[in-house]
Amino acid sequence: MNGYLERIYNGVVKENPTFILMLGMCPTLAVSTAASNGIGMGIATTAVLVLSNVIISALRKVIPDEVRLPSYIVIVATLVTIVELLVKAYVPALYSALGIYIPLIVVNCIILGRAEAYANKNSVMLSAFDGIGMGLGFTIALTVIGFIRELLGNGTVFGHKVLPQPVGIFIKAPGAFLVLAVVIAVLNAMQVKNRGNELVNGCDGCCASCMKHNDCKEEGTK
Amino acid sequence: MTSLIMIVVSCALINNVVLNQFLGICSFVGVSKQMKASASLGVAVIFVLTIACAVASLLYDFVLKPFDLDYMKTIVFILVIAALVQIVEMFLKKTSPGLYKALGIYLPLITTNCAVLGVALTNVQDEYNFLESVLAGFGTAVGYTIAIVLLAGIRSRLDETAIPKPFRGAPVVLLSAALMSIAFMGFGSLG
Repeated sequence: MNGYLERIYNGVVKENPTFILMLGMCPTLAVSTAASNGIGMGIATTAVLVLSNVIISALRKVIPDEVRLPSYIVIVATLVTIVELLVKAYVPALYSALGIYIPLIVVNCIILGRAEAYANKNSVMLSAFDGIGMGLGFTIALTVIGFIRELLGNGTVFGHKVLPQPVGIFIKAPGAFLVLAVVIAVLNAMQVKNRGNELVNGCDGCCASCMKHNDCKEEGTK
Repeated sequence: MTSLIMIVVSCALINNVVLNQFLGICSFVGVSKQMKASASLGVAVIFVLTIACAVASLLYDFVLKPFDLDYMKTIVFILVIAALVQIVEMFLKKTSPGLYKALGIYLPLITTNCAVLGVALTNVQDEYNFLESVLAGFGTAVGYTIAIVLLAGIRSRLDETAIPKPFRGAPVVLLSAALMSIAFMGFGSLG
């Protein structure tokens, strides 16, 4: 059982995808205008992540190594389409709030990154818990950023009015960069181990870290 | 004609893909460390995004829409983009090795750049025709290049500045992006 709990701890704290690994930044910045959007996006991503980890882990001995990335993309894209249709049918308000960022879960680096780094090497159960941990870490991060931006920019907490005089810039595009920067800086100051400071070359911190990492490394050593 | 120019300006400046729509942030933060790499990636994105939008638009108008396969667009587009990047890579390798050497390692990176899939999907959402889609793709890619080259310039200055320790690395880059984003809001009055 310890291995499973360790996975959850790893995803939420040690390798938090948003704050530590700096993956999946696009949805983090784009949909965090309100805490409820953050939760919705987090749950949608978690669902895709857990299912894709399970399927990829189950098929890890079947998929030939040479075509594994296209195979992963097909699996993830199928799952994302299912989630998109479900959200559209059952939570239309969330669907219109998240808009294009639901189909864009396909290119969320967290999902392909976990498939490549974890699910294709580990058992189905461990991969499932890895997906839950990472998804939970992502959801918490999105909710925290959404909460701060909603509070400062709109003066509300989950839709309830709290601040009389909100500062509009936080709900707009610059506010997203600003809040994420300050949150990461605060975590750095609290001595959380930060890989964010190690954005050394073009390979780290971008989706390429999962797909073409070796090529980039070779290029770097030349 | 004016509306076509407006599409390019709007995609490049007013609704800047990185600073306003948050697409392609990963490579924006990851690659902007070096000016040369940023400029190369920018050129590669202009190249791929324009072609990808053209292909996606044709596919949607002549295959997906007539056969009522609208819900398949995410899967189809991502596969088309992945295949397209491979083809462009092979084509460049054969025909112009010099260009391939300069852009080579950045091309595969573009497959997972959400800007490409994002623009292909928004074009469909906005019901752009073929020409409008291609121009939107081109404009968006130019906007991406402007943003990443500007950030690379700022970061080369940041290297020589004393930055408070917690802000070193990612936070200061995000803060720079925030200031750039505020500046780009000024283009809003163009529309």
